[in-house]
Amino acid sequence: MPPPILYNEMFQGDRTVRPHYAAFADWLKETPPERIAQNRHAADLLFHRVGITFAVYGEASGTERLIPFDLVPHVLPGKDWDHLARGISQRITALNRFLADVYHGQDIVRAGRIPYEQIAGNPQFREEMIGVHVPGGIYAHVAGIDIVRHSDGKYYVLEDNLRTPSGVSYMLENRKMMMRLFPELFARQHIRPVDHYPDLLLETLRELAPQGEEATIVLLTPGHYNSAYFEHAFLAQQMGVELVEGQDLFVQNNTVFMRTTQGPQRVDVIYRRIDDDFLDPQAFRPDSMLGVPGLLSAYRAGRVALANAIGTGVADDKSMYPYVPEMIRFYLGEEPILENVPTYTLRKEDDLKYVLDHLAELVVKEAQGSGGYGMLVGPTASSDERERYRQRILDAPERFIAQPTLSLSLVPTFCGDKLCDRHIDLRPYVLTGSQVRLAPGGLTRVALREGSLVVNSSQGGGVKDTWVVD
Amino acid sequence: MMLSRVASNLYWMSRYVERAENTARVLDVTWRMSMLVKEQRLQDQEWFAPLNITGTLFPFSGRHNVVCAREVLHFMAFDPENPSSIYACARTARENARAVRGSITSEMWEVLNTTWLEMQQMDEEKMTQRGVSTFFEWVKDRSHLFRGVTFGTMRRDEAYHFARLGTHLERSDNTARILDVKYHILLPSVKDVGGAVDYYQWSAVLRSVSAFEAYRKAYRDVITPIKLAELLILRADIPRSLHFCIRQTHDTLQFLKNAQAEETLHRAGELLAALQYGKISEIFAQGLHEYLTAFLKSTQQLSNGVQKSFFAPSVVE
Repeated sequence: MPPPILYNEMFQGDRTVRPHYAAFADWLKETPPERIAQNRHAADLLFHRVGITFAVYGEASGTERLIPFDLVPHVLPGKDWDHLARGISQRITALNRFLADVYHGQDIVRAGRIPYEQIAGNPQFREEMIGVHVPGGIYAHVAGIDIVRHSDGKYYVLEDNLRTPSGVSYMLENRKMMMRLFPELFARQHIRPVDHYPDLLLETLRELAPQGEEATIVLLTPGHYNSAYFEHAFLAQQMGVELVEGQDLFVQNNTVFMRTTQGPQRVDVIYRRIDDDFLDPQAFRPDSMLGVPGLLSAYRAGRVALANAIGTGVADDKSMYPYVPEMIRFYLGEEPILENVPTYTLRKEDDLKYVLDHLAELVVKEAQGSGGYGMLVGPTASSDERERYRQRILDAPERFIAQPTLSLSLVPTFCGDKLCDRHIDLRPYVLTGSQVRLAPGGLTRVALREGSLVVNSSQGGGVKDTWVVD
Repeated sequence: MMLSRVASNLYWMSRYVERAENTARVLDVTWRMSMLVKEQRLQDQEWFAPLNITGTLFPFSGRHNVVCAREVLHFMAFDPENPSSIYACARTARENARAVRGSITSEMWEVLNTTWLEMQQMDEEKMTQRGVSTFFEWVKDRSHLFRGVTFGTMRRDEAYHFARLGTHLERSDNTARILDVKYHILLPSVKDVGGAVDYYQWSAVLRSVSAFEAYRKAYRDVITPIKLAELLILRADIPRSLHFCIRQTHDTLQFLKNAQAEETLHRAGELLAALQYGKISEIFAQGLHEYLTAFLKSTQQLSNGVQKSFFAPSVVE
């Protein structure tokens, strides 16, 4: 079997430059390599100085790392983006309808479109949320939808991240860096701006509170040892809201207050970046030091709004993903604009048999996994690794899903001083309040090792600026 | 209105920057002074002063056997285990800033972050190579830069005032400590008055708080102990004098005050009034050491009051 012809975002099959990359390619040709090298160095220094870092789990506490930043942008033609944006909006709308349904009528189960066990057996399902009214019936206010382009040139949705998706600060910082280093590139062509994202986020959060402009909004972080702390602080600062930790908040008479220098101050909306499990030690994990005792009951009483709602995780794990096209058809009566990656659900017997017979061709993931951990990449794994993984699957098949190995598209990327093709994916960020809002672009992640498909920053991936050009 | 935790971090961030600067000042002056002394034993004698000023003689002697330039410089500049070392102050200030990045300007963060990154590259060997004073100049410069950036970029909101409160309380404490350790050379005595050693000691005290030129301008006179003490205790226009620092502290508290801070503000007001109407002759009559001891006790109370009324406010729960 011949290897698949990989899709290159910049070059066509005959190595001619695609039209939407023309301005960048011209600039690259006429810019002396020394200037580019200089700017790559400058970018590193600047990121370091500004302290755009993420903490690394499993290493000595307080270890901070820079995410490698590559100067070659990921460029999308405006019409591709418009198509993606329509597809993403459709998807998030259906997902929100699904979440409201899960916690209210469960019509989709009664209609026989999704098996009941898929919901009830999902560890992210929160019984406490059944029948609870949330503002506007919206659950996932902030989402990150992972998109890849396959060798067929089409875009596929890889994953929906509805809990506390991170990375949007890199989208904004990468853009700032590129504009600072190469202003002439931005003068030459129309690149859609993304820097109003914090405004969009603030607007979305305000819509959660009846008081609107008067509402006190806070961003709840686990604290500065969290890997995404930089982002939490960054977003709070950009929106002009307080960045709070659990210890700063308390609940009294079902109302949430923060401790301030002038005494207690009521809090109306919490953009929480803490997982459900840690949010309220009285309701969930009693050992959590990060949460706020009593928060769940204040939330259920409608005295405080949370973004995202408690229990959104039920819609975003990998075992629910295969059903999203079905949700779109069921709730919206539309055909999905964006395709799913074909997915085998291992709780189904036929799928399980197929997957066990084809382990060497497939990627197998844990339904609850994230960060690229605990997955089996069949084609590159040793037969030993595959055998061990087979045992894990047989022990608990319902915990796994499998997908064909995708040929993620390539973008030229600096490796040393020369350009090499590297695999990428794209995470656009989508906000849902009274309407769906998107910043054009997203975070492009790039696998820096040759041939690698793993783009996660925790596993040595890098990032690129994403341009939507008109 | 701001988070108590944030206010506390801002206050301590500034205190630690100020403390690093003051430690650098004290060490620098000691270094220069010890150069003037020829005899090794007397040279080493000089190095008790910085330990006394910072009140760290006890923890120092737990870790070192001899008091000498090398040991004291290591302990006070680079020892990560000494929470008051310049190294530890740079680390703590940066940690505090990191915890409240949303409440300071990005310029402030960048100064502290860069300082910490550069501090980690420093050690005794590099300090000696570059010149000991060059290192202290660097510490002072970073502190000046931080204050300048704070002054030049920060909105005049509560965050700013909590940061300033930390600076002035730490500084008043430091000036009082320097005076207290050097009080014996400030005591008017017949012996050696006008002698060369005294002159250098007095001018060293002035230089340690950047007030040498100010003294000349203010008094147009030779340096006398009485005037020197007056300058650093009572003058309202010297940025490191007790009067100046306490006025700033008082005014800041007035701005920040909440229902629980009445008592603390009252205390600051009393202290300010005493400095405003105080006479140096009366202070000397009372005894300079006794006066400074009482002053240090008062600032400690102020500092506890700030802690209680703003950072750990009792809430009706």
